[in-house]
Amino acid sequence: MNAAEQASRDSLPVPAAPVVSAAGVAMTYRGGTRALEPVDLAVREGEFVTLLGPSGCGKSTLLRILAGLAAPTAGGVAWWEGGIDRVGEAGRKLSFVFQDPTLMPWTSVAANVRLPLDLAGCSRVESDRRVAAALELVGLEGFASSYPRELSGGMQMRVSIARALVTEPNLLLMDEPFGALDEITRARLDADLLRLWSRRRLTVVFVTHSLYEAVFLSTRVVVLSARPGRVVGEVAIDEPFPRDESFRVSARAAAHCKSLADLLAAASGAADARARP
Amino acid sequence: MTERGADTLLRFAMPVVIALVLLGIWEALVRVYDVPAYLVPAPSVVAKTLVADWPILGPSLAVTLRTTLAAFAIAVLLGTLTAFLFVQSRWIEISLFPYAVLLQVTPIVAIAPLIIIWVKDTQVALVVCAAIVAIFPVIANTTLGLRSVDPGLAALFSMYKASRLQRLLRLRIPSAAPYFFGGLRIASGLALIGAVVAEFVAGTGGHAAGLAYQILQAGYQLNIPRLFAALFLVTVAGVVLFAAMVWISKLALARWHESEIAG
Repeated sequence: MNAAEQASRDSLPVPAAPVVSAAGVAMTYRGGTRALEPVDLAVREGEFVTLLGPSGCGKSTLLRILAGLAAPTAGGVAWWEGGIDRVGEAGRKLSFVFQDPTLMPWTSVAANVRLPLDLAGCSRVESDRRVAAALELVGLEGFASSYPRELSGGMQMRVSIARALVTEPNLLLMDEPFGALDEITRARLDADLLRLWSRRRLTVVFVTHSLYEAVFLSTRVVVLSARPGRVVGEVAIDEPFPRDESFRVSARAAAHCKSLADLLAAASGAADARARP
Repeated sequence: MTERGADTLLRFAMPVVIALVLLGIWEALVRVYDVPAYLVPAPSVVAKTLVADWPILGPSLAVTLRTTLAAFAIAVLLGTLTAFLFVQSRWIEISLFPYAVLLQVTPIVAIAPLIIIWVKDTQVALVVCAAIVAIFPVIANTTLGLRSVDPGLAALFSMYKASRLQRLLRLRIPSAAPYFFGGLRIASGLALIGAVVAEFVAGTGGHAAGLAYQILQAGYQLNIPRLFAALFLVTVAGVVLFAAMVWISKLALARWHESEIAG
C-alpha cells in the first residue's frame, strides 16, 4: 500500500456507513436444531471482519445469510441499508468465495473467471478486459487457457477469487477459502488478499477457525461459540497496514491471539456449564 | 519410443496376440482331431468362406448396420429428450420412469412379433425393436447426469441469478456429458443386439436380409463356416461401434474428465 492509500484508509469517516448488517438474525433448522442464536452485526465500509469460531458454530451459516444465499428463520439483514434488491447496483456489488474452489472442470480458467459476466450478459470485449485484469490481480496471467485440474489447490483457489473479483465487487464474503490449503500456501494467499483488500477498497467478511489467520487479516474479529452459535465477543485488531510476515509472529499479534483464545475458552467453558445437568 | 507410445502400442498389441494364440490353438485342435467343418470349422476355413461368400454377407452386413445405426440414432435422440423432460420436474420423472423401466425389462423377443405385425414396413419395425432395446441406458444415464450437478456450482449459478436456460446450457449439460457418453457406449452395443434379435424374430428374406437371416439360413443348411463368418461380422460390427463411442467420448471429455485422462 502506498502512502496515499494509507492516508485515505486512515481518514475513512468514522463510523462509515454499514455495508451489510444483521439484526437479530437467527437460524433454526427444521426439527428444531438451533444453528445460530440471534446475532447483531454491522460491517462498515472498508472493514475486514472475520467470523471466528470452532467447527459447527454457525459462522458459515451466518455468512451465507449475509450473502443472501440462505434466509434466516428470525431477524433481518440489510445491504447498504436496504433490501437484497440493492445488491448488484453500481457500487453495491457482492461476491462470495466458497470453501472449495467450485470451478467448472470442463472449461478453461478464463471461462471460469468469465462466468459471472457471461451470466450477466456482459459484452465480449469488456469481459475479456475484466477477465485479464482479474487474473492479473491474483497472479495467474499465464494460466488463462489452463484447465482447473491442471492447477494446484492454491492456484484453483486463486481462480475462484479472480472469479469473485471479476464483477468488481464492493463486498466480498469468504467462507474459509484457504481452509483446505497447506500452511505455506495459506500464508501467501492471506498476504495477497490483504493487498487486494487495500488496493480495491473492499469490504470483506471472512470466515475461519484459525486464530492466527484472523489476527493477521482483520480489522475486527467477531468470536462465535460452538453450537448453537452466538457471538461471545469481538476484538478490534488495531494494527497498522500493510502487515507483513513479521507481524504474524510479533508479540502484538500473539497478544491478540491470546485475547481471542480467552474468549473462545470462556465460551466453551460456559457451554460446558450449560450442558451440565 | 516414449513410454506413453510403448504403452499405447502394447494396449493394442496384447489383445491381438491373445487372439492369434487362441486362433492358432483352435486351428491346431480342429486339424489334429480332424473335426468336420459342419461341427466346428477351422479359422482358416471361416476366413476363406468370409471372402468367398462376401457377395452374400456384405449386403447383409450393410442391412444390419443400417438398422443398428438408425435405431441407435433414434434411441439417443428420444432418450436424451426424455431425460431432459424428466429433469424438468420430479413429478414427471416419478410418473414416467416406471414405464421406461418397463421398456427395459420386457424381453424384446416377446414383443418383437407384435411390433412386426403392427408396423407395416418390416425394416421400420426392426428399427423400432432395436431402438426400444437401446433407449434405456440413454434415458437412465442422461437423467442421472443432468441431476449430478455440483451443489457448490449450483449455488454459484443461483448467486449470479442464472436463468433456467443458462443453467441448462452452462451447468447441467456439461455436468451430464460423462454420464451421457457412458450411456452411448452401452446403447451402441444394445442397438446391434436389438437389431439382430429383431431380425431373428422377423426372419425377413429377399433383398433386405440382415446378418441374422444369414445365420439362420446357414444353420438350416448346416453351412456352419458361413454361420461362423456371419457371426464374426456381427462381432466385429459391435467392437467397431464400441470403439467409435470410446473415441467420441475421448474427444469430448479428454481435457477435463477423470475417466479420459492419461488413458
